[in-house]
Amino acid sequence: MMQVIDRRLDGRNKSAVNRQRFIQRFKGQIKKAVAEAIAGRSIMDIDSGEKVSIPTRDISEPTFHHGQGGSREAIHPGNIDFITGDLVDRPPPGGPDKGGKASNEGEGEDEFTFELSREEFLNFFFEDLELPNLVKTQLATLIKHKSVRAGYASNGTPSNINVIRSLRGALGRRIALSSPYAEQIRELERELEDLLQTSAQDAPRVLEIKTVIARLKEKIQHIPFIDTFDIRYNNRIKQPKPTTQAVMFCLMDVSGSMDEARKDIAKRFFILLYLFLTRTYEKIQVVFIRHHTIATEVDEEDFFHSRETGGTVVSSALELMHDIIRERYPTSDWNIYAAQASDGDNWNDDSPKCRDLLISGIMPLVQYYAYIEITPELHQSLWEEYLTVKAAFPNFAIQHIETPADIYPVFRELFKKQTA
Amino acid sequence: MSKIISDTSEWTFELIERYHQEIARVAAGYGLDTYPNQIEIITAEQMMDAYSSVGLPVGYHHWSFGKEFVSTEKRYRRGQMGLAYEIVINSNPCIAYLMEENTMMMQALVIAHAAYGHNSFFKGNYLFKTWTNADSIIDYLVFAKNYIAECEQRHGFAEVEMILDSCHALMNHGVDRYKRPAPMSLQQEQARQKEREEYQQTQVNDLWRTLPSKGTQAGRTKDARYPAEPQENLLYFIEKVAPLLEPWQREIVRIVRKIAQYFYPQRQTQVMNEGWATFWHYTILNTLYDEGLVSDGFMMEFLQSHANVLTQPPYFSKYYSGINPYALGFAIMTDIRRMCENPTQEDREWFPQLAGSDWLKSMDFAMRNFKDESFISQYLSPKVMRDLKLFSILDDDTQDKLQITAIHEDRGYHHVRQALADQYNLGSREPNIQVYSVDHHGDRSLTLRHTQYQRRPLAESQEEMLKHLARLWGFTVRLESVEENGGVHLISECKLEKRHHLV
Repeated sequence: MMQVIDRRLDGRNKSAVNRQRFIQRFKGQIKKAVAEAIAGRSIMDIDSGEKVSIPTRDISEPTFHHGQGGSREAIHPGNIDFITGDLVDRPPPGGPDKGGKASNEGEGEDEFTFELSREEFLNFFFEDLELPNLVKTQLATLIKHKSVRAGYASNGTPSNINVIRSLRGALGRRIALSSPYAEQIRELERELEDLLQTSAQDAPRVLEIKTVIARLKEKIQHIPFIDTFDIRYNNRIKQPKPTTQAVMFCLMDVSGSMDEARKDIAKRFFILLYLFLTRTYEKIQVVFIRHHTIATEVDEEDFFHSRETGGTVVSSALELMHDIIRERYPTSDWNIYAAQASDGDNWNDDSPKCRDLLISGIMPLVQYYAYIEITPELHQSLWEEYLTVKAAFPNFAIQHIETPADIYPVFRELFKKQTA
Repeated sequence: MSKIISDTSEWTFELIERYHQEIARVAAGYGLDTYPNQIEIITAEQMMDAYSSVGLPVGYHHWSFGKEFVSTEKRYRRGQMGLAYEIVINSNPCIAYLMEENTMMMQALVIAHAAYGHNSFFKGNYLFKTWTNADSIIDYLVFAKNYIAECEQRHGFAEVEMILDSCHALMNHGVDRYKRPAPMSLQQEQARQKEREEYQQTQVNDLWRTLPSKGTQAGRTKDARYPAEPQENLLYFIEKVAPLLEPWQREIVRIVRKIAQYFYPQRQTQVMNEGWATFWHYTILNTLYDEGLVSDGFMMEFLQSHANVLTQPPYFSKYYSGINPYALGFAIMTDIRRMCENPTQEDREWFPQLAGSDWLKSMDFAMRNFKDESFISQYLSPKVMRDLKLFSILDDDTQDKLQITAIHEDRGYHHVRQALADQYNLGSREPNIQVYSVDHHGDRSLTLRHTQYQRRPLAESQEEMLKHLARLWGFTVRLESVEENGGVHLISECKLEKRHHLV
């Protein structure tokens, strides 16, 4: 006796709950791993899942078992040249365990590695930055809508009436409603013709038929040419659509005073901005500009990891950015965002120049410009000058960051502007 | 006209039925007695689900299954591991999973291996008969899953998880090794559980009822030790005696204990069970080939899979990870048949009862009445030891070097066989830890004793384990070690001074 059951369409993801429990339980370790992953990750890459490693000893499940030592005898296969009584050296510790314990062999990893999905990863990421829930949902759903045609509907606004469809409907309705009468008329006319062959024009039956025909024709006349019932409207529905494309400029001061910690703060800020933009725009390009006394456009690797020394001339970066926009990113096609991170050092003479460049050159072109100053010290001239830019342009944000914990409020500031 | 059933590697439901029909016929011809079969077609993902819940079709939720799933998934996706072709559940009807990716040949192999090999083993072997109840296991698992889900709702999932963690840790020491259960139907589990819940707590408190007041204690003579005999089933002892557990916690201990007990026979019969199933898929498919029902191509593909399963790398290979239970089991099973049909002089000396006997009867007897340990010491023949080139190596930490104590030769056969049997003895593989006493006049501490076997110490994990025990027991737990010369010393202690309102 046997039965075959096809289970393939039964619930998948039977283990989803257990998986969730596992992640829940090792939240602490996973969070740490996520933090490390962010540090090692490329900005563009932040929006995918992540491979996470946590130490095996943290997740092992203990049992009572024997440890090393004592006396044990084990049987192994494949003897070649041993004979009874042979003495052999112990295998070096860490080598294949001759005690017959298979558990030490095979993978031999002391890290337990697994993949977090993109959603899970972002959850951990946001949690780390303590984003309130409100903003999280906005991040996940902020999508521009575009209306597209989707057939026809029987109600709508008059401007959307589709004439052809409506009239076609009316015609159909008229044919349908009048056909019984037309049928009768045709029959009566045939009868009338026959009748006229044999009887006079004013025979009672002829007159009778004539009135009936006239009445039927009147009925047909009364069928309305067009009815509200016939009217069809072009139907448009809203489809979520990320708005076109954006370019994000990352400007960073790489002079000697920007140390690794500051760069890391800047990087986290850039990541958040990038994430936000990916939710809104289909296509994003990132331009990295670093500067000390002169500015250069570099790739991401160089941007974050190479160190320079020397003074600081911020305007060099702004000029370069302006040139790049003019050459490659016409505002008609691109939404332009810029984020600048610096420790606030600048040649005093240069700061007014920066202000002018921003006011006259850059600000009219960009959607948003965020400046973060990462310094525990007092503000210098650049900050003062930028404050005047802020006064002139509502889409200019300026914030002061001391520790990674400050990143989020700054980010929220940027957000408020965008969703308002 | 050709009798060949099919000639493509694609399977269909009709073909599965057709192959099954033939396999069932051949199996019946060999006298295999099985539960009815329920064959379920599943996807690779579902196979991973089944893996991570240790093959059980229904399971309660716990993070450790999630961990298992995550690592299985990872290794499978990276291609480090192929999924098992089959999983079979000791239930009535016997559930066997077939993966949809398998070829027709594989499906036939799995049907022969699982639905007739393992299935007849589950039904016939004495350990399974004694300890598992194939009729009600699925019902019990459903009960367990629902009960634990209910506890999670009522008491919070963190609370439940803590209890489960501790129980899982003690799972291997939550089985009765020697005592036989009274025959009782698991189907009444739900009704009995309610009953137990009402009575249990009062009975436990009763244990402490005679607690003397401090003043009179000095004058008392020392009471008899409690429990009177050492207890090997730690989870059972906790379930029945731990003073502070709530009724629902006791029930969870019981559930884990029951499941551990259900799996215990499988852990004790790995070599036999796989050897038996492998022997039968080999024999059945060869019979089909002899009858002309399967093609040469089918056989070539089959033999390749069969050989893969039986690979036994030698000890010096980098792929070596101990003795392959399939290879060892199949070698012994095949050898039993050989000795029955074509005994040599050596076989007549070693196995006079087998030589020349009816191989079907002899193999059936072997399958029914043994576990790995006794099976090996009964049936491992010199020929198999020679074929596998088995040798014995002694690792004694008082010696500088390892010693080869015996090899596959006349004077070594007995020694190798005995050592190999011992290697499969769960009693010596797992540390012997028993409940020794409860200090019910003092601090209510629980003392366990580890009786050393060949001076093997406990692994470091024992400290962690004591914490789990203390969590369940509610008071201090001590672990003592009994050396082979009889000396006793304390190896660790987990102090817990939690006071609880006791009536």
